[in-house]
Amino acid sequence: MSKISQLFNSSIGQKVIMSLTGLFLCSFLVIHMIGNLQLFKGDSGMAFNTYAVFMTTNPLIKTTSYLLYASILYHAVKGLWLAARNRKARPVKYAMSQANANSHWTSRNMGVLGTMILVFIVVHMSDFWAEYKFGHIPYTKYTTNILTGELTSEAMPTDYVQSKKLEEYMVGTDTKVVIVKDLYKEVSEEFQNIGLVLLYLVAMFAVSFHLYHGFQSAFQSLGIAYDNYKGIIKAIGIWGFAILIPAGFAAMPLYFYFFKS
Amino acid sequence: MKITLKVWRQKNGKDSGRFETYQLNHVSEDMSFLEMFDVLNEQLITENKEPVAFDHDCREGICGMCSMYINGRAHGPWEGTTTCQLHMRAFNDGDTIVVEPWRSAAFPVLKDLMVDRSAFDRIMAVGGFVSVNTGNAVDANSTLIPKEDADNAFSAAACIGCGACVATCKNSSAMLFVSAKVSQLALLPQGQVERKDRVRKMVAQMDAEGFGSCTNTGACEAECPKGISIANIARMNREYLGAAILPGN
Repeated sequence: MSKISQLFNSSIGQKVIMSLTGLFLCSFLVIHMIGNLQLFKGDSGMAFNTYAVFMTTNPLIKTTSYLLYASILYHAVKGLWLAARNRKARPVKYAMSQANANSHWTSRNMGVLGTMILVFIVVHMSDFWAEYKFGHIPYTKYTTNILTGELTSEAMPTDYVQSKKLEEYMVGTDTKVVIVKDLYKEVSEEFQNIGLVLLYLVAMFAVSFHLYHGFQSAFQSLGIAYDNYKGIIKAIGIWGFAILIPAGFAAMPLYFYFFKS
Repeated sequence: MKITLKVWRQKNGKDSGRFETYQLNHVSEDMSFLEMFDVLNEQLITENKEPVAFDHDCREGICGMCSMYINGRAHGPWEGTTTCQLHMRAFNDGDTIVVEPWRSAAFPVLKDLMVDRSAFDRIMAVGGFVSVNTGNAVDANSTLIPKEDADNAFSAAACIGCGACVATCKNSSAMLFVSAKVSQLALLPQGQVERKDRVRKMVAQMDAEGFGSCTNTGACEAECPKGISIANIARMNREYLGAAILPGN
């Protein structure tokens, strides 16, 4: 067996791939978070809808997105497979176990937390991604006076379709018109459903707890948890990925439910 | 002290095993945990019953034989302590103490509280050694070793191979043990000859023995009687990746 195939078949090699896919998904969360902050812009969704077109048409982003879907699948399937194999390593369980005395509960429940996140991803993608790609989302026309900055929006008839995802043109010298699929409206309508809002909140707790352990753990698996960096890795893992990112995402359904109804 | 013991009894590897409850009425708090078991066994022998089989050797905390899972923790409630160094003052009068063998597919139960840890021996046999020249001994001071490396190697070498890491880990992973052995040798000049080959072979043997994989819970480090750090696991991951990706043996 060659050294490389030995690596990928070994317990360490499999953990390395789990780490790399996990960190890639973490980097996606940062981008997704920054992009979605445009939901709060208060422009009836013009910036967010234009951004959605860019994200679904740019070839580099499209290629990366396929890598992302593959990573999600690999991370989930391999993670569950590893969890099942690890369970087999202890066929007879202890009658008494005080696991809390030696480890954090998040680190022992990555499989459960990950499964919750996977279920959430399926719901989330069928709600928005599949709806945007395959469903019928009506268009909205945004008219901006570039001199005064005044913005008006007007829903297009539901049977309106256009060949390009984004129509952008000037009327005269001072009026800019943008006609785009109104994903923002879809988001704002979906989040009037309290059940869905609660599901999103629970999912963000799962993300928080998963990354509380996962981010730091990835660096340990890659062997780069040197004492010098341990503090900074821990700080980014906890403050960035276990608190800031889930809180930011959780703010979105809450914002629409409470302030945009 | 009065102590109630719930002890795992299992005739042999094929027996399914069960807990037996024993009452001890005259336990001194100055006894070690193993001395308390000696008292129990004397009591069982006078009652014409089979004594409890358990592993022990030095009773000084350095041989790594005394494997007992006590009240849900490897080597009991005290930190940095083997079972033989655990004393009965860790418990209260009237306590019930549950004692189980190490539980791992790679450590089959031989009898009662004794398990077969020869999986560790097989891991050591494939790479846990260094090549040395025969002939006259070289002056020890002629090989320079940075202080930090020497300290880290020494800390890793403190591993007594007791198996508490495997017993504690939710995945029964042996990564702390193997990483301590890999680190100890990889950090020193004498270990360089087999450095890459060693880590590859020891990890392959570890996987073949049926230990689970590491999920970085840190439980092993918390329960290790010798305080072996999981920094060693990070080092082994690094060594292993290097051995697989970089050229050379």
